[in-house]
Amino acid sequence: MINTKEVIETNEMIEKENLDVRTITMGISLLDCIDSDLETLKKNIYNKIYESAKDLVQTGDQISREFGIPIVNKRVSVTPIALVGGAACKTKEDFAEIAKTLDEVAKKIGVNFIGGYSALVSKGMTQADRLLIESIPLALSQTDLVCSSINVGSTKTGINMDAVRLMGTIIKDTAEATKENDSLGCAKLVVFCNAPDDNPFMAGAFHGVTEEDRIINVGVSGPGVVKTALEKVRGENFEILCETIKKTAFKVTRVGQLVAREASKRLGVPFGIIDLSLAPTPAIGDSVADILHEIGVEHAGAPGTTAALALLNDQVKKGGVMASSYVGGLSGAFIPVSEDQGMINAVEAGALTLEKLEAMTCVCSVGLDMIAIPGDTKDTTIAGVIADEMAIGMINQKTTAVRLIPVIGKGVGETVEFGGLLGYAPIMPVNGFSCDAFVNRGGRIPAPVHSFKN
Amino acid sequence: MNKIIITVVGKDTVGIIAKVCTYLADSGINILDISQTIVSGYFNMMMIASMEGTSKDFNTVADDLEKLGKDIGVVIKCQREEIFDSMHRI
Repeated sequence: MINTKEVIETNEMIEKENLDVRTITMGISLLDCIDSDLETLKKNIYNKIYESAKDLVQTGDQISREFGIPIVNKRVSVTPIALVGGAACKTKEDFAEIAKTLDEVAKKIGVNFIGGYSALVSKGMTQADRLLIESIPLALSQTDLVCSSINVGSTKTGINMDAVRLMGTIIKDTAEATKENDSLGCAKLVVFCNAPDDNPFMAGAFHGVTEEDRIINVGVSGPGVVKTALEKVRGENFEILCETIKKTAFKVTRVGQLVAREASKRLGVPFGIIDLSLAPTPAIGDSVADILHEIGVEHAGAPGTTAALALLNDQVKKGGVMASSYVGGLSGAFIPVSEDQGMINAVEAGALTLEKLEAMTCVCSVGLDMIAIPGDTKDTTIAGVIADEMAIGMINQKTTAVRLIPVIGKGVGETVEFGGLLGYAPIMPVNGFSCDAFVNRGGRIPAPVHSFKN
Repeated sequence: MNKIIITVVGKDTVGIIAKVCTYLADSGINILDISQTIVSGYFNMMMIASMEGTSKDFNTVADDLEKLGKDIGVVIKCQREEIFDSMHRI
């Protein structure tokens, strides 16, 4: 039988250390909504999402109440819209109409975000893919809850440099289109290499074509819990450090597993995966940078940071895989800047640069995330940064992503406020030397030699 | 199955256990285990109870207990047992 100590430990994690289930995300296939008439397609999409997810928020809230664990977000991810809209959309305005439908139904069912305004173009772009990408600035400036992601490379296919170059411009255009809100549109736009089909986290969530009709994926969190556990083993060796992280990750993941199973049962939707990521929020004590500090670096970005992050990421996975048989999505430590108070402090102290963040992305999940850069950064420079990050993903056979926010009208030294979970960020300098001749070559970078495994 | 964990935390006063137990008895909720400590004047109680014999649903019980807690100046929390089982048992 459960004892008092265990009850107190769990409740302290929840009340004092910000343990929460970050998101329950319902993946919904829209493949059966396809129609060549745009109005019919929009109606089909609205109805399918509404019917599938109308009880999602209420169910999430009820589970949260019964177990006493906060479930911060309820979200929906859908089949990449470039596939769904290809038959009906002849212009980028047509695609933006679908974004509006997604926004409308997301608001109706009360979810926090809806992801899947996406295209998978790791090798090449169809006409529909290109139109969808070109519609992103319009779509994100006309909607509130829609998130967009574009997969431009993979270990199997190499990097589609035409898409990378295009995304440099699209990010700038999205920033421009949402400049009254400090270019907030870019916070909902992410560029991927090796994008997973079952990621529950935004902005990169979409429902892959390899998935079932509907699925429940759950993202757990808990940087504060790991940090508190590590405070108790200060000065101990690496073995004890790693053991502590593993045990904590296990406990956190088990909570996610419980919530996922329960949500799946109540909604009558199969359980997909647990994404066992350490996802920070701007709240004090909910920071991955603080864990790195606790491991022993003065600020995130100091020498030793990459090694500390590598071990953290690995131990989180080792603890998590024991706790759930179906681990997927991104699963690892997230290192967004604006969403993590410790990262913001590190940038303000001059300890953390874009280049160091890039190195850190080699050993953890995701990539250059929620980084505000000067609004006058050139499209080609953004494309160059994307290309670098995609190369890391391609060569290391891992997911990498770029979510940069060129804040129009602002420069280095200024701060941008996004609000809520997105936080605020100091604008970081970007290397100003040109890469125009590189990114303008056109074509694609071939797949690496270690992808030829057949 | 169908067990709940009730935790009561707050400043110690006369009759906390009595009031909680009276409510549970009136509701047909059976107490399976109970433990209590006082740490520097603060009252800490944990109960494991079974919902098998009650006609009340979880939300009602949780709301009633929360209200009862407010009346006597303590925090009463009600959670399903599975969250603790998942976290602490393999």
